[in-house]
Amino acid sequence: MTERGARAHLPQLRARIAEIEGGERRQLGVLPFGLSAIDERLPGGGLALGSLHEVAGGAQGVTDGAAAALFAAGIMGRTGGTVLWCMTQPDLFAPAIAQAGLDPDRVIYVEARDQTSVLACFEESLRHGGLAGVVAEVPRLSMTASRRLLLAAESSGTIGIALRRWRRREDAADFGQPTAAATRWRVTAVPSKPLPVPGLARPRWFVELIRCRAGECADFLVESCDATGRLALPADLADRPAAAQAWPARAAS
Amino acid sequence: MLTAVSSAAQPLGLYTGMAVTQAQALAPDLMLLDADPAADAEALEKLAVWSQRRYSPIVALDPPDGLMLDISGAAHPYGGTAGLLADILQRLADVETAARAICAPTYGAAHALARFGGEALRIVDPSGLAAAISALPLGSLRLAADTTEKLRVLGIETIGELEAMPRASLALRFGSEPGRRLDQAYGRLAEPFEPVEAPSRIEVERRFAEPIAAPETMARYTHKLVDDLCRDLEEVGLGARRLDLRFHRIDNAVEAIRAGLARASRDRKQIGRLLCDRIETVDPGFGIERMVLCAPVIEPLGLRAMSSLGERPVPEVSALVDILASRLGEERLYRIAARESHIPERSAARIAPMADPTLLRWPERWPRPARLFPRPELIETMALLPDHPPVHFVWRGMRRRVVRADGPERIYGEWHLSEAEWLSVRDYFLVEDETGARYWLFRQGDGVDAATGRQDWFLHGLFG
Repeated sequence: MTERGARAHLPQLRARIAEIEGGERRQLGVLPFGLSAIDERLPGGGLALGSLHEVAGGAQGVTDGAAAALFAAGIMGRTGGTVLWCMTQPDLFAPAIAQAGLDPDRVIYVEARDQTSVLACFEESLRHGGLAGVVAEVPRLSMTASRRLLLAAESSGTIGIALRRWRRREDAADFGQPTAAATRWRVTAVPSKPLPVPGLARPRWFVELIRCRAGECADFLVESCDATGRLALPADLADRPAAAQAWPARAAS
Repeated sequence: MLTAVSSAAQPLGLYTGMAVTQAQALAPDLMLLDADPAADAEALEKLAVWSQRRYSPIVALDPPDGLMLDISGAAHPYGGTAGLLADILQRLADVETAARAICAPTYGAAHALARFGGEALRIVDPSGLAAAISALPLGSLRLAADTTEKLRVLGIETIGELEAMPRASLALRFGSEPGRRLDQAYGRLAEPFEPVEAPSRIEVERRFAEPIAAPETMARYTHKLVDDLCRDLEEVGLGARRLDLRFHRIDNAVEAIRAGLARASRDRKQIGRLLCDRIETVDPGFGIERMVLCAPVIEPLGLRAMSSLGERPVPEVSALVDILASRLGEERLYRIAARESHIPERSAARIAPMADPTLLRWPERWPRPARLFPRPELIETMALLPDHPPVHFVWRGMRRRVVRADGPERIYGEWHLSEAEWLSVRDYFLVEDETGARYWLFRQGDGVDAATGRQDWFLHGLFG
């Protein structure tokens, strides 16, 4: 087959595959991270809207889920509209969520009694359709439960993030179990860049894309979300002349 | 005769039912007010309407001085039954009304304990019912005065003694009344009562020739009632903030559903869904002969921008908030807004989920942890005074070496709020250990002056 012939067939084939994969699933677009290094590893160039994603912390973050919460807040901050945050333990500190780019007026917190009720609220709010996104802190997520959540998210186009957070470190083995989520992330805090003066630089995260439907696994070293919810590549890693030139300019000003 | 005695007069030996002349002999400068039973009854009715609005959709009068509230399912906003009773007592005390609040499995028992139990607040569970009421005097059983007197002549003084009597001879001598009251107090016989109906302009009802009991039928008629109610609301141009749906059963018992809305609404679908969600909590018994839907709290509708440009209408978030709130309880849904305080615990406050947008924001320059512990955890550290971060610290049995740190950020106590905080100081440090995890530590006190704090170190939060 000539190259031109192959090109003509490609869209048709793509459409067929999409039909087989998704049935009536609508194309709802994606939410890019704004970092080409991450976006080009994700199908469609970003996190799929109207889908379910999983985020967990690594190391100590398995139990506190602090970095994972900020990662999720950063993603939600880049959507527009109201976000629902379901949890059982109300230990989230709202100023930090605001600092990760999610305005306090946009978040409604739901404090559920137990995990079953968190999942029920998660599904109900994903199905509702008036929200920009839903985050739910859940320890266990079965295949069945995640399928229900995914269907709910697809029916409304709302992005759902299951923030996996366990009571004990040993329980985190549960993260190996398969779920229906489109992507699965693990965010671990790593030592930040030493500064020439006493103090702390922007926190650094090791972000692992452990599972990605229709994509490959990857890992990234990034700097934490800023006040607009955007991650950044560490300056010493970003192989960009523009970034390198920006430093003396900033230092001079 | 004295019909009521104030708390100041009780120590003088005056009691209800005493002859006036006798009372005046005991206390010559006694102030006497004429009894006004009509005004008392009116005030009681007002109180009943207030408590119906505030606490429970089913409230009945227990004249001359009592109110009966069916609080099943109504206590969760107050943190349980004890909280609800305490709230009632507190609010009545605020308007200088002495009251006793008793929660018991039966009306008979609650009635008896409230008047003769001598405790201001008590909760009796079903297993403790018999023990709680058996020692109470017969007068608490709501029997006719002469029956009580005759029983007393026979040497029966308490409910427990009457309960121990053979029932047949009791019925032969005194009729069915003592047995019925006993059964009602012990919960062997249901006791229906007529709830007060708050004067509400917006109320619709349906009566059934044949009693209904199937949940689907109840749901269908609920929707019909909602349609009627919404039509009435449209006529007056208002929306409902609270809805009470009462089911009058054929055995005269009343079941009720109360639903609140975050924003005034007259959306048929939304209201219908909210009420139908809870129909399974209603026990139809032998059947329901009448359903009443009323809107005790109504408000003008909020303004809403409508688009007619062919966009898909976005569902209202407030409808979802209502559904979740009716499932979990209203206090479990909230937004968090900034408050003007430097103390971390006080800098964030819960507000209603549908409250207006807030203006105040937290300062962006000061890093704040993603997880804040409800109470700071004491840690062991080694640190140079006065203003160095710790070199290492032990938290939850693990030693962590501090590699990098930032601080101190000094936060003073809010002296304008409390005397105890006049001098107190917290020095916050942001530290990073060798794994990259970041912690928010503080030292109580400024490290120099002991009056500012005990120089103990605490871990207050974790950064992401």
